[in-house]
Amino acid sequence: MTTQDVVTSSSAAGLPARHTPAGDVWWRALTRNLYPFVVVAALWELVARLGLFPARLFPSLEVVFAAFWRLTVSGILPHHAAETVFRLLAGFGIAAVVGVLIGIAMGRSRRAEDIFLPLVSIGAPIPGLAYAPLFLLWFGLGNFSAILLVGFVSAFPIIFNAWTGVKAVKEIWVRSAQAMGADQRKLFRYVILPGALPYILTGLRLGLAQAWRVLVAVEMLAAVPWGLGWMIFGAREFLNTDVMLSGIAVIAVIGLALEKLVFQRIETYTVVRWGMVTA
Amino acid sequence: MLPIEVRDVSLEYDTPAGRVQGVKGASFGMQASEFLCIVGPSGCGKSTLLNIIAGFLTPTSGEIRIGGKAVNGHGMDRGVVFQDFAQLFPWRTALGNVTFGLEMKGVPKAEREEIARKQLALVKLEKFMDAYPHHLSGGMQQRVAIARALAYDPAVLLMDEPFAALDAMTRDDMQRLLADVWHKTRKTVIYVTHNVAEAVYLADRVIVMTPHPGQVKAEIPIDLPRPRDPLSVEFLDTQKRLLSHLGGTAIPAAA
Amino acid sequence: MSTQDAAHIDTAQPNTARVDIVRRNNIRSYWRAAITLLIAALLYEAVARSGYFPPVLLPTLPKIGLALWGSLADGSMPRHVVYTLYRVMFGFGLAIVVGIPLGILMARFRHVENFFLPLVSAMMPIPSFALVPLFMLWFGIGNTTTVLIVFYAATFPIVFNTWSGVRSVNPLWLRAAGAMGADENSLFWKVIIPGASPFIITGMRQAFLRAWIAVVGAEMIAASDWGLGWVIFDAKEFLNADLMLASLAVIGFIGFVFERLVFGSLERATVLRWGMMRAAKG
Repeated sequence: MTTQDVVTSSSAAGLPARHTPAGDVWWRALTRNLYPFVVVAALWELVARLGLFPARLFPSLEVVFAAFWRLTVSGILPHHAAETVFRLLAGFGIAAVVGVLIGIAMGRSRRAEDIFLPLVSIGAPIPGLAYAPLFLLWFGLGNFSAILLVGFVSAFPIIFNAWTGVKAVKEIWVRSAQAMGADQRKLFRYVILPGALPYILTGLRLGLAQAWRVLVAVEMLAAVPWGLGWMIFGAREFLNTDVMLSGIAVIAVIGLALEKLVFQRIETYTVVRWGMVTA
Repeated sequence: MLPIEVRDVSLEYDTPAGRVQGVKGASFGMQASEFLCIVGPSGCGKSTLLNIIAGFLTPTSGEIRIGGKAVNGHGMDRGVVFQDFAQLFPWRTALGNVTFGLEMKGVPKAEREEIARKQLALVKLEKFMDAYPHHLSGGMQQRVAIARALAYDPAVLLMDEPFAALDAMTRDDMQRLLADVWHKTRKTVIYVTHNVAEAVYLADRVIVMTPHPGQVKAEIPIDLPRPRDPLSVEFLDTQKRLLSHLGGTAIPAAA
Repeated sequence: MSTQDAAHIDTAQPNTARVDIVRRNNIRSYWRAAITLLIAALLYEAVARSGYFPPVLLPTLPKIGLALWGSLADGSMPRHVVYTLYRVMFGFGLAIVVGIPLGILMARFRHVENFFLPLVSAMMPIPSFALVPLFMLWFGIGNTTTVLIVFYAATFPIVFNTWSGVRSVNPLWLRAAGAMGADENSLFWKVIIPGASPFIITGMRQAFLRAWIAVVGAEMIAASDWGLGWVIFDAKEFLNADLMLASLAVIGFIGFVFERLVFGSLERATVLRWGMMRAAKG
């Protein structure tokens, strides 16, 4: 695989994996990716030090790093992050299982499609966050509402893509497999499932991104005692911009890691290797 | 009793433009190990007929008998190779594709891989066992498809213009390879094509079909000695004779 | 939605000879869809009337309808809609103005790409909502914050898709156009832009979806008095579940209209007509 390929494969993902060819040195790639951040940081620092804005609202990087360090060492930031990740995994886990099952059922059976499609198409265009007040009203403030909402919202793209994926399985694969004696059960396991996998993975990836966005927001609204969203929101009251920026940085890192370490890897091992997604 | 018999098969279907007779009263029988080509212009129903024999379409009337029994739907007594390269499963390697039918039959892993390896060797692809289809050229993919259809040892091999989407040079190579494979395996083959030279090169017998409605117009035995030389006078004569049966209907230039 | 789905189902049917059956199946599908929705509505109504739950939390459908009608009639709902649409269109417009040129520059010039790509990639996974408290501190409560949040949410998909779109323009088209005497200028406007358009349209579609989510979220905490997000969140305080559900319906309806009608027809008019769909990975 050439550099070019790797870059395009990550285009849907986020950070372009600027993997250089084996001969190149990895730190050169690292520097190349880091220098824009250095430039931006320098600009930030310049503006902060010029004193154009109140220091409380526009702290220098030194202050932000100090806050980050203080919060990390005291274990507060890790605790917030752990709670957030737990909610994410719980909510997304529910959505992944339920969503893939419903989506496949819709793709396989006309009856299931007729039943679920209207419900899904009505529910999907409403932004997930708009359900938040309703969920809080019905299920109360706290963890249960947050996880349920995350699961509910992230299920839509998963259902939709699994359904499309099953529908998009090539007729010629089905015919070939039938000619080779695959019964319905085997057809499903050996042909429909792998054939629909590119779509299912796309759905899971979109679902996770959705879950992530909604979770941060719902943590602000649901008055949970811990969580990164809550930390950022709480910091506002005391004008702790430094705490806020630390929280945002952690959110960015977690979001990036989920994308890079989890999904890109799964894709490389399956659909990219099979040539079903242009790498 | 003939190993394969097609008895008075017809298929009609509805289109927005009205009822269409796709195949009308097709009848023929086949000897074991015979190589039969069905030739005709596009739209003459030859592919439809093959799909009926394969069991993907149900005829409006008539029946297909294999080994004396009427067959209904698809079954492992028939192997199918389509024209579309995409027929291979992209998530399986060449070997994985070839073992598929055996896996469905429940053949143990070691044994089915052994068989698949032999089949891949037969189509000269043993070096590419572990390659995924998207790494293979069109011709190689079609060879995997042939190996895959042969692997579970069906009574008859059905081929629907398998080389039509290949370039002329590759197609020539593939025809030679197929003749060779057929010579070694002695399979009964039904081969659909619109290419007259291809039919003369491969077939023991050619069935000519005409469109509107799709009907069997002539049956021509081809008894040229094998391996055949496409440049010999006899070959070209046979080709001309076949073309005349097609009644001057537009046939793509024989490659 | 329906036509597109029907098309989907059609193509899934292997045999063109079964046109009749397909048509009959579609009619049956509409019936089933209607019946499903009816049953879902009846179920909801039954639960709402059962008295197991407080009626303030689970208002009956007629009550929701009344709330919707009331808010429409007294002009409050249209005003909420206007405020929200103003914010979303303003932010979305800004995102297009900034995002498309930036994406093109990134694809055309290596230096621009080297600088912006890492930044864009690092900022993309930050949910726009995480920035709401920060923007509130900086810009206060109101239009500036909400518009900027929308802008933030919508820019990245546009930049990213434009960038990949321009890069993925088939080099053959460039060569062909060059051979036919196209200069840099016409190459850009007549080949690169149309060639990249499936991606750009996909990007705009994704961006609008994000913008629509962002505006509702931002309005919940960073707006006062007007806006659809504000009204549902405010309704929660006063246990006005009927108004909340009515507003949800309006939000869904507007999102649906944009998604299907605006972007759907844009797609039909361009890339679908050119048979270029599926070029962009949704």
